[in-house]
Amino acid sequence: MRDQFQSPIVLLGARLLSPYIMVFGWYVIFHGHYSPGGGFQGGALLAASLLLIRVAGGSKLAELQIQEFATTPLAVIGVVIYFATGLVAMIMGGYFLDYAQLPIPGMEADWLRYTGILIIEVGIGLAVMAILVMIYDNMARGEDYG
Amino acid sequence: MVLFAGIMIYAASDLPYRGDPDNLMHAEESITGTTVMGNYFIKNAYRDARTPNMVTVVLGDYRSIDTFGEQVVIYTAGLITLLVLRRSRRRSE
Repeated sequence: MRDQFQSPIVLLGARLLSPYIMVFGWYVIFHGHYSPGGGFQGGALLAASLLLIRVAGGSKLAELQIQEFATTPLAVIGVVIYFATGLVAMIMGGYFLDYAQLPIPGMEADWLRYTGILIIEVGIGLAVMAILVMIYDNMARGEDYG
Repeated sequence: MVLFAGIMIYAASDLPYRGDPDNLMHAEESITGTTVMGNYFIKNAYRDARTPNMVTVVLGDYRSIDTFGEQVVIYTAGLITLLVLRRSRRRSE
């Protein structure tokens, strides 16, 4: 962003709020089995905590959190976690995304499905967070060059 | 506008009550004779995945390919912002 307006009060408020929003985002992702929530909602909350610092502190400060080039690989990793879970289940002899065939020893089929849902929720959360941050970065950077 | 709202309110007054077990969507068979899938999900979601939140089981297990499609849609939207908004840099050089 070109015209940076630095306000210590806004920055302090953002620094106070951001970790709690991030913790709540992880809670929404990992507690999605028992309460409303899941990957999409938790990922949006994680992105909100990152974007708060980005809006309040500018790009210099945001480079310390997640750098700009790191968002696209994170999104790819999120999609690949989901796809690889389905593909591993297919290779091990089930259908695509049939979590009961995941090769984790010592677990029954229902608990394997439980774990599989958790794995894909983390993948979704990672992808959604990275993509929302990526959209903001591209808009801010496109403004600079436009 | 008011007429349209009136039509919608009149139509909504004919909807069945929520949670009524005699509703058509909770029946074992639909009107056309096919089985209703929601019945199976409600009965077997906890047994299949040990997850109390039924919505998570439907979203992550029974309909996981649909969720994968949603994730790919969001990913594509992010990549399109990368392509569209970053293009002005190359033009200005």
